[in-house]
Amino acid sequence: MTVELLIGAGVMLVKMAVALAVALGLAAYMILLERKLLGRFQVRYGPNRVGYFGLLQPLADGLKMLLKEDIIPDGVDRRIFLVAPAVVAGMALLAFMLVPFGETLTILGHAVPQVIVRTNVGLLLVLALSSLAVYGLALGAWTSDNKYSLLGGIRGAAQMISYELALGLSLVPVVMRARSLDLSDIVAAQSGLPFAVTEPFAFILFIIAALAETKRIPFDLPEAENELQAGFHTEYSGMRFALFFVGEYVNMVLLGALIAVFFLGGWHGPVLPPIVWLGIKVLAVPVFLIWTRASLPRLRYDQLMALGWKVLVPLALVNVLVTGAILVAA
Amino acid sequence: MTPLGALFYLFAALGLGAAVLTATRRNPVHAVCCAVAVFLSVGAMLAVLGAPLPGVLTVVVYAGAIMVLFLFVIMLLGLPAGDGALPPGRFLVPATLAAATLVALFALIGADPTAKTVLPAAMAGPAAVGTILFDKYWLAVEAVSILLFAALAAVMLLGRGKTGRKIAAAGGRAA
Amino acid sequence: MADEKQSLFGAVIEGAAGLAGSYAATLTHLFRKPVTEQYPEYKRPMPTRTRGRIILTRSPDGNERCVACYLCSGACPVNCISMQSEEGENGRRQAAWFRINFARCIYCGLCEEACPTLALQLTPEFAFCKDDIADFVYEKEQLLVDHGGKHPDYDFYAHAGIAAGTPKGSHIDEDEPVDVKSIMP
Ligand code: SF4
Ligand code: SF4
Repeated sequence: MTVELLIGAGVMLVKMAVALAVALGLAAYMILLERKLLGRFQVRYGPNRVGYFGLLQPLADGLKMLLKEDIIPDGVDRRIFLVAPAVVAGMALLAFMLVPFGETLTILGHAVPQVIVRTNVGLLLVLALSSLAVYGLALGAWTSDNKYSLLGGIRGAAQMISYELALGLSLVPVVMRARSLDLSDIVAAQSGLPFAVTEPFAFILFIIAALAETKRIPFDLPEAENELQAGFHTEYSGMRFALFFVGEYVNMVLLGALIAVFFLGGWHGPVLPPIVWLGIKVLAVPVFLIWTRASLPRLRYDQLMALGWKVLVPLALVNVLVTGAILVAA
Repeated sequence: MTPLGALFYLFAALGLGAAVLTATRRNPVHAVCCAVAVFLSVGAMLAVLGAPLPGVLTVVVYAGAIMVLFLFVIMLLGLPAGDGALPPGRFLVPATLAAATLVALFALIGADPTAKTVLPAAMAGPAAVGTILFDKYWLAVEAVSILLFAALAAVMLLGRGKTGRKIAAAGGRAA
Repeated sequence: MADEKQSLFGAVIEGAAGLAGSYAATLTHLFRKPVTEQYPEYKRPMPTRTRGRIILTRSPDGNERCVACYLCSGACPVNCISMQSEEGENGRRQAAWFRINFARCIYCGLCEEACPTLALQLTPEFAFCKDDIADFVYEKEQLLVDHGGKHPDYDFYAHAGIAAGTPKGSHIDEDEPVDVKSIMP
């Protein structure tokens, strides 16, 4: 009994360490990838000085951020100011515990599921974590005692509440087809056709809503540089500033993992081993996001809200209805 | 005490403490933060009891959406924030009311013999909750949703107000 | 805009085409060679008239051109040139010391315009950083070069100034000195 428990705990720890390392490493290199790709999209090179091909740039940046002064402005609410960036990064990292990497393995007679937490409410938990991340942003912005930050925070809060609805609704057809909220079951349900093929509208709606949730370019109003300086993180510096960015890029990777799980069939794929397929799918999404960032301008705030409430939510509702009709008819 | 039971009491204590803080904070943002902590611990308690779905829904709906709205309004209003706790004198009336409610609740639960049966853990899985919600209580669910829809429509109407029509009359684009 | 009503379908098609167009544009950029110049490895040749670090040049015979006339110093809008004039062994004026504070210089080139002997010239060299701001104060020894800069053949004293070692009136295009007594009426 105790031995079993210890082995279980050990396996759990190893899985957590692996997931954490993969998530943080990917996030760090996602920054490099974004800068490189953006550079090439804009007909320039991007970082290419630190290490061969700029490969050590994330390390250099991390070091720089660590050595920078951590400025805490006068008049801020210290406790909230200090914790807010960690909330953003923490919620993004926490969500990785729900992402399944592969089928359940059998090692030495023990069944080892390749997911840290397998729960029958996994999908909802993902949504819960993403909705909690908004606190980091809004509180950090509120406590910064800076009007640009405040405006960014207000925008962020409004945007994230609005698009959470569309995000959740766009996932309903997936749940209806998979008949489960468990991420592993959702992947298993896509062993034939991925949901991106069977549910193309849900796929598109989810991508748009998720872009808004991660505050990426067409929807990056909370940090709109040309009107709000840096929005909610204007007053942050040093490692706390970096934490916001770690959060953002972990979120990008997470989004890749979620889209892979919900719509692209997870680790399923021909010829190549499952983990490679998952990796390809997880990386394809951030590349698309970066491409989007290079291509699209930022929406105006009223356009953003109108798109969310008047287009995405009704479309998602109709999509739920249609999927229901198809499923009942089939 | 089983490990799960210990966890339950841990979360209960956390939630209670956070609730007291919520009631006593003078800074509205601190109160909101504590309220979020309350909802998180309530969600955790539900999950420990074997009902992860209601637990997660508590977090999504209350902590994730409603408290964000509270925060949003507080940020918009830009109230001058006080610090520390409220003077205890202010608590007399609310505390009495709350205590009365609590006693009434205990009395009601104690009087109902079915309330004492322990739910089987698996009962509150998503499928079980869904079945109960849409088979047994479908009428109530629909009634509530119609009510919410009416509220939504009313808010839309109020929100449009007269200014929207004025702008439209002036030739601009009404939102 | 307001009066031409677009059908919903048309609007969707137009919007989608717009989106696709911008994605396509960036995609083609992805495969173009970046236009960035890799600075320390490749230094763009600067035009000769670029205004950078200042030098004091010499005439073709190797003498200093500067006659310490203070004109550059007077022209400088930020007062970063200072000097002390003295008389050299051959009777010509020269700068005992000459100092330019490059930390203050705005590279406007007015000193070069003012200089009557073409001694002071701005060069295209612009990248000279220092760790210590005091190092930006250049003394005459650091400013003097052993060439004529942009005007290698010009020699001020061949045209004007005192004729040291040669008889009066031996400058180029100069008439013989006139004996004042011979032009009396
Ligand atoms: S370039 Fe302008 S600022 Fe610099 S020394 Fe000459 S006159 Fe002064
Ligand atoms: S550099 Fe030119 S302007 Fe300046 S003192 Fe010398 S001769 Fe005169």
